[in-house]
Amino acid sequence: MNDGLSLYSIAAHFALLSLMAVGGGVIMLAPEMHTYVVDIHKLMTSEQFAAAYTLAQAAPGPNLLYVTLVGYQIAGWSGAIVTTLAVIVPPSLMTLAFIKVSARHSESLILRAVQEGLAPLSVGMLFAGAWVLGKASILNWQGIVLALIATALSARTRINPVLLIGAGALVGMLGLL
Amino acid sequence: MTLPVPPSTVPPPGPAALFIGFSQIALAGFGGVLPVAYRGIVEQRRWLTPSEFTTMLASAQVMPGPSICNVTLMIGAHLAGMRGALAAIAGMLSGPFLIVIAMGMFYQYFGDLALVRAALAGMSAVAVGLLAGVSIKLAIPLLAPGGQRVWHLLFIVLGFIGMGLLKFPMIEVVAVLAPVSIGWAYWQGRK
Repeated sequence: MNDGLSLYSIAAHFALLSLMAVGGGVIMLAPEMHTYVVDIHKLMTSEQFAAAYTLAQAAPGPNLLYVTLVGYQIAGWSGAIVTTLAVIVPPSLMTLAFIKVSARHSESLILRAVQEGLAPLSVGMLFAGAWVLGKASILNWQGIVLALIATALSARTRINPVLLIGAGALVGMLGLL
Repeated sequence: MTLPVPPSTVPPPGPAALFIGFSQIALAGFGGVLPVAYRGIVEQRRWLTPSEFTTMLASAQVMPGPSICNVTLMIGAHLAGMRGALAAIAGMLSGPFLIVIAMGMFYQYFGDLALVRAALAGMSAVAVGLLAGVSIKLAIPLLAPGGQRVWHLLFIVLGFIGMGLLKFPMIEVVAVLAPVSIGWAYWQGRK
């Protein structure tokens, strides 16, 4: 921890971001979190951020848990717990309130418009996430080739992502990058 | 081969069964939980019919926050009330949380080793590719002929430029683009 930024202001920022992640996963927040913790507050390096993201993708469970590792690298266990709760609790409370209140509005025109209107925007933000993470973690043309192969395979086939990540580890350990 | 699922489901599980069931689903979900969730909840455990699952997923995606958490809460609440919702989300997160922390510890101790860094460089490049691949998969139906493909492409590109290239804060990108995009979708829906 440096520059006097408290864990709770990080948590508040992450909570706000999570509430904006409509129509997609918290994955699409990756570029925004990268800007906040790496560029603005310099709490970790770009490489560490990319490692947190990668490790969480290789682990079982929701992909959003990269936030846990970002928190863990900033402030250990308390960082991990606080950032994870920040991303999960506020939207969960809204969802629970929504369950209590509605269900009968689920077919409304406005809800459908929100869903349809946000869909292309969230896809654009996912592409932005790939771009920002790629700039953070890919250092040479071999890495670009590897990423493009993974892109093609995951877009065109149903191959298990963990197999691809394992193959990437192998390629790296063989010194091909 | 999966057998056709009968429309009737089994008696609803209690909070304990939900915690265990969602833990198993989460821990089986390498690289994304949603496909495993469908198989585990609809096909294997028959807690929901396919159409119930799809409806809940659609509502979950409109809600703010992580879709997988929202759908977990909705299914838990549907099957066993608020206690069910909390049990399901606790099951979904607690196991993977500990595993991710263990990996973080490993990285902290061994992250400076040349071999670990080399492996992570390869894994990171693949992770970037996976994210791009998912983006393409989600973009394809939006760009299908007959729909609002030009409009969709415009907002995909604007979202990418705003957040990826220009690095505007997400709140500004959403505040500017979302009302236009939603307004357009609403107007199209009324026609």
